[in-house]
Amino acid sequence: MAAATGSISWKKALIPLASLPLIALLAYGFRTDPKNIPSPLVKKPAPAFQMAIYDGEPISLGGLKGKAVVLNFWASWCFPACYEEAPLLESTWRTYKEQGVIFLGVDIQDKEANAREFMRRFNYTFPNGPDPGSKISIDYGVYGVPETFFIDRQGRIAYKHVGALTPDLLRAQLDVLLKEQ
Amino acid sequence: MAGLMALVLLLVPVLGSAATAAVTQMPDFALEDRVREVAEGLRCVVCQNLSVADSPSDLAKEMRNVVRELIQQGKSPAEIRAYFVSRYGEFVLLAPPKRGFNLLLWGLPFLAIAAGACGVYFVAKRWTAQREPERAVDPEYAERVRRDLQERAGPSKS
Repeated sequence: MAAATGSISWKKALIPLASLPLIALLAYGFRTDPKNIPSPLVKKPAPAFQMAIYDGEPISLGGLKGKAVVLNFWASWCFPACYEEAPLLESTWRTYKEQGVIFLGVDIQDKEANAREFMRRFNYTFPNGPDPGSKISIDYGVYGVPETFFIDRQGRIAYKHVGALTPDLLRAQLDVLLKEQ
Repeated sequence: MAGLMALVLLLVPVLGSAATAAVTQMPDFALEDRVREVAEGLRCVVCQNLSVADSPSDLAKEMRNVVRELIQQGKSPAEIRAYFVSRYGEFVLLAPPKRGFNLLLWGLPFLAIAAGACGVYFVAKRWTAQREPERAVDPEYAERVRRDLQERAGPSKS
């Protein structure tokens, strides 16, 4: 009789025990943000590109070797995130431009007139250009706008940020880029 | 002779461009089929569960263009998929590769079905085992029933 009750309680414990791995799997699944997909490009060499610049000479990434690059993907139709970070980008550019860093804006899937209006609105003084055929965007695995890549002096992608930049994040990442020699 | 050669050399690019212009009039169906084949396995990254082949979005269209260009450069479907994975991560593949942690994804449904079948088997076995065997009727009791029934039937007969 004692043996029988023993086996029953052991069997009863088996069901919750068996469901533990499943619960652990679900807990893992539900706690991960499906929208947060790590870029495979981080810590890898930044894909090379050459781009036309609105009112400027074409720029190639290869020609910027030795400089830290903040590569910002944006569009004039990207409201409100791109409009939120634009004043921050411009003011930070003005603060940092003498320190061996270049800001570069890639305007994606946009109309030139709207893009120029956007740049006028925020008094952009750093180089920005279109991305015909979204070639650069696809080469950087861009999901949407805004996205910002921080490229170190060796031409490696140090960090990727999705969404509007914040002052703290932008400054912290710039300091990391400029500290490395 | 040299003049003739020069003339031929001058004409070659002209003829070549005329030929490509003629090609662009009609879509290259074989090429488009191959583009579609690759694009069907790629996730449109700005959509919800749509492939690059099926999405009408601008980015998907431009991803199809990239696929087409890579095919024209002689890249194999596997190489093109590898390129997109190197830029967007494995998320860009609509079917996750069958290895590592992903095996759980592919195997778990079958495992669940097998576990369910085992559960049904054991429960059914327990139910059938629990049914009490038919007991032999006590002969004394059977005799009483027979007598009672006879008594009841008796008056109605007479």
